[in-house]
Amino acid sequence: MASLLFRGILIHPPLLNSSNALFSRKACAYYCRMRTITRAQVATQVNQPPQLKYPPNARNNGLEILLKDYETIIGIETHVQLSTLTKAFCSCPYNYGSPPNTSVCPVCMGLPGALPVLNSKVIEAAVRLGLALNCELSFNSKFDRKQYFYPDLPKGYQISQFDIPIARAGYIDLDLPVEFGGGQRRFGITRVHMEEDAGKLLHSGNGNYSQVDLNRAGVPLLEVVSEPDMRNGIEAAEYAAELQRLVRYLGVSNGNMQEGSLRCDVNISVRPLGQSQFGTKVEIKNLNSFSSVNRAIDYEISRQVLLLSQGQGDQIVQETRLWEEGSQKTVTMRKKEGLSDYRYFPEPDLPEVVLTEGYVNKIRGSLPELPEMKRRRYEGMGLSMQDVLFLANDVKVADFFDAAIAKGAEVKLAANWIMGDIAAHMKNEKLSIDEIKLTPHELAELIAAIKGGTISGKIGKEILFELMAKGGTVKKLIEEKDLVQITDPTEIEKIIDKVLLDNPKQLEQYRGGKTKLQGYFAGQVMKATKGKANPGLLNKILLEKLNAKSS
Amino acid sequence: MPSTGGSRILENYRPPFDATAVKRVKALGGIVVGKTNLDEFGMGSTTEGSAYKVTSNPWDISRVPGGSSGGSAAAVSARQCAVSLGSDTGGSVRQPASFCGVVGLKPTYGRVSRYGLMAYASSLDVIGCFGSSVADAGILLGAISGHDRLDATSSDTGAPDFTAHFPPADAFGAKPLQGLRVGLIRETLDSGVDHGVTSTVQRAASHLEELGCTVKEVSLPSFSLGLPAYYILASSESSSNLSRYDGVRYGSQAAAEELNSLYGDSRARGFGAEVKMRILMGTYALSAGYYDAYYKRAQQVRTVIRKSFKAALDENDILISPAAPSAAYKIGEKKNDPLAMYAGDIMTVNVNLAGLPALVLPCGFVEGGPAGLPVGLQMIGAAFDEEKLLKVGHIFEQTLQGHRFVPPL
Repeated sequence: MASLLFRGILIHPPLLNSSNALFSRKACAYYCRMRTITRAQVATQVNQPPQLKYPPNARNNGLEILLKDYETIIGIETHVQLSTLTKAFCSCPYNYGSPPNTSVCPVCMGLPGALPVLNSKVIEAAVRLGLALNCELSFNSKFDRKQYFYPDLPKGYQISQFDIPIARAGYIDLDLPVEFGGGQRRFGITRVHMEEDAGKLLHSGNGNYSQVDLNRAGVPLLEVVSEPDMRNGIEAAEYAAELQRLVRYLGVSNGNMQEGSLRCDVNISVRPLGQSQFGTKVEIKNLNSFSSVNRAIDYEISRQVLLLSQGQGDQIVQETRLWEEGSQKTVTMRKKEGLSDYRYFPEPDLPEVVLTEGYVNKIRGSLPELPEMKRRRYEGMGLSMQDVLFLANDVKVADFFDAAIAKGAEVKLAANWIMGDIAAHMKNEKLSIDEIKLTPHELAELIAAIKGGTISGKIGKEILFELMAKGGTVKKLIEEKDLVQITDPTEIEKIIDKVLLDNPKQLEQYRGGKTKLQGYFAGQVMKATKGKANPGLLNKILLEKLNAKSS
Repeated sequence: MPSTGGSRILENYRPPFDATAVKRVKALGGIVVGKTNLDEFGMGSTTEGSAYKVTSNPWDISRVPGGSSGGSAAAVSARQCAVSLGSDTGGSVRQPASFCGVVGLKPTYGRVSRYGLMAYASSLDVIGCFGSSVADAGILLGAISGHDRLDATSSDTGAPDFTAHFPPADAFGAKPLQGLRVGLIRETLDSGVDHGVTSTVQRAASHLEELGCTVKEVSLPSFSLGLPAYYILASSESSSNLSRYDGVRYGSQAAAEELNSLYGDSRARGFGAEVKMRILMGTYALSAGYYDAYYKRAQQVRTVIRKSFKAALDENDILISPAAPSAAYKIGEKKNDPLAMYAGDIMTVNVNLAGLPALVLPCGFVEGGPAGLPVGLQMIGAAFDEEKLLKVGHIFEQTLQGHRFVPPL
């Protein structure tokens, strides 16, 4: 049953055993946002019970037992759409969501007589990604024509790279999320090559006709092919997430799966443990999020294991299957009738791509600190893996954090503020960290002000909110709003005396045994001081006064 | 202007842009008088392959003008225009120039931008010039040459004024080409070449000697390999270049219920027999399992041919040969014998494989037609050496006595 096979990534274990299909879909929405919710929640819920080693899932025990006897081999092909100003072979711009066929020209439309001319930024992006993936670069590569007929392919061939990709034999290091057991992984990269995207087909509702939009035809892509090193859905999803992180860090793509600027196709085969021969390879397409990657793989593993365990392994055929988000399963798209013959031959309209040592070194020197390096550096600063993964996930957040630290902010405090209140604000206002008005410098000032006792923690939180929403400086806000903490015991005592005087009834009740009223008095003092009284001092003096014999 | 490429599949197609070569002609004040007939997509040597009309040779209207740029050659020959443009992939400018008694110039590959030239074989195609004199062809070349950022294969080599150093006619002197080393390609005078053509070309060689050249026979042993290599490479590249004619975005579209019929019917209806044959040959040659034996092998042969030409042109300033093994033949004569038609390209294809410039100019006549049939002399130069070719051709032309290459229309 689909709902049994669905892996619900839930925070609340009691909801595990529901088999309601409607519920499954809602829970799926939770998972998509899991990353931010979990981390924000964890940041503020210090007293959470320890996280489970393995994610709670709705699979029945029988399947769990079966799965132990099988091994899954997973490889991923990713297409990264580059964020260059213009297309790969012509000067047309590309803007996602433009009206159809408004960004075309003779070249990307494949008109008679048009010729491709390579956008040099494509090579730059390819070299950047190749270096970031620890690949060997091909200093002499070329373009080839990959030939097939389809309405979204204007020339009847795609300009790609066949036998000499621009980069190959690399690897990517990543950390698995803490809630999935953590741990580090290294996955191999077989190759990275340059190619152009095809247009888009829009099919009519009744299937009577289809329309061709060539806005996307000719947009540059980098195809990244992984070694078949992943073994389960989590590893696959995290690989895809790390690739997204990487391309965003490098600035070569915005990596949005929803927009199609990052597309993953998964190749998966299952074999009994101990068998050396690979199982039948199945390709899965239509994966629009990392959670789909994870769930599709889980579903497919279960499907294949069930068939294999029942002796129906021959029903697993080499084919392409589509992941259906609605029904949460993979379905046959088309059976592979042997390998396609693309009649590759070298593209005669484009010269060889030649890299020089100088060019490559210059690019290597301009690479930013990559996610893996950042994670190891943050780990070295004493942050927990949870914090490390949160901070290093988004390069802008990491940059903000680094800037705050550089201005003297204490590491753990800065991390907490960013992961807690700042992250919450960003989520509420739907802003990214470089869009909020708070600057790293002011965060550092805020932390210092609280640490130094100038203002209380509570006041600090209020100031933070104002800084994020309207900007300004900590110093000015403290001045303007007269927020300096009152730390003079004499002053506090005076106010406490007045409060006690003004509330004789409550005082009597307190002295009569209602000690809970201390909170009430403390609240009144805070009110009188507009929250500026130092809470520690306040309570110390208050308690003394309350417990003193009535004068 | 409508641009059909001589094909039904582009019936009613009007391109939204000008080719770079045409843009440059217009920018210099050239007046585009019209468009000319050709073999469909440049595939053929007679212009009978056009889907629209058959062009006649102005010297004898029952004979072919040559091809594929037969229309452009005939137009200049019949004095319908001063100069014209054509394309030369395997001889399609030079052979019609010979058949029609006009000057045909094939520049070095990369000299002229291919942007706007409907691609036949991308690594072989060039845009060439027709004129009634060498000087006219040279002027046109100067107008269209030069680097184009829209063509990644166009050369950075600057475009000089090709006719600037033509000596004035009265200043030729007795031996204006003294010291020029000319190589006559032995393999082009074999049996299989019309006797009339051979003797005309040898008389041309004598004329060059009179002008002061040293003419020697040179041998290019790989010469005969050019034809099969050419047809494999050209068919392969054209099978790919013609994939874009699918009836989806422009041109003639067959009404169909589903995709494969749309493709199949549009192309079956739109393409002529010669084009279909070359697409099939090219698709076959590029298929899995055959790429190494055919395409790759042909490219290796191409390298051999290129090297042998370079060696010969290190020893000689120019090489000469006939432009075709015969003069113009009758319309319909080779229509059902494509291999015989292909065999006629033997003189010209090697030059495309090597990417070199070549000039064809009328040098004599053979029997046939009301006033005889013209025969062209082909001069081949080193890469980007059009200036020398044109100078030699100009002097040859201006000193040639006893012939007037104007058809009896």
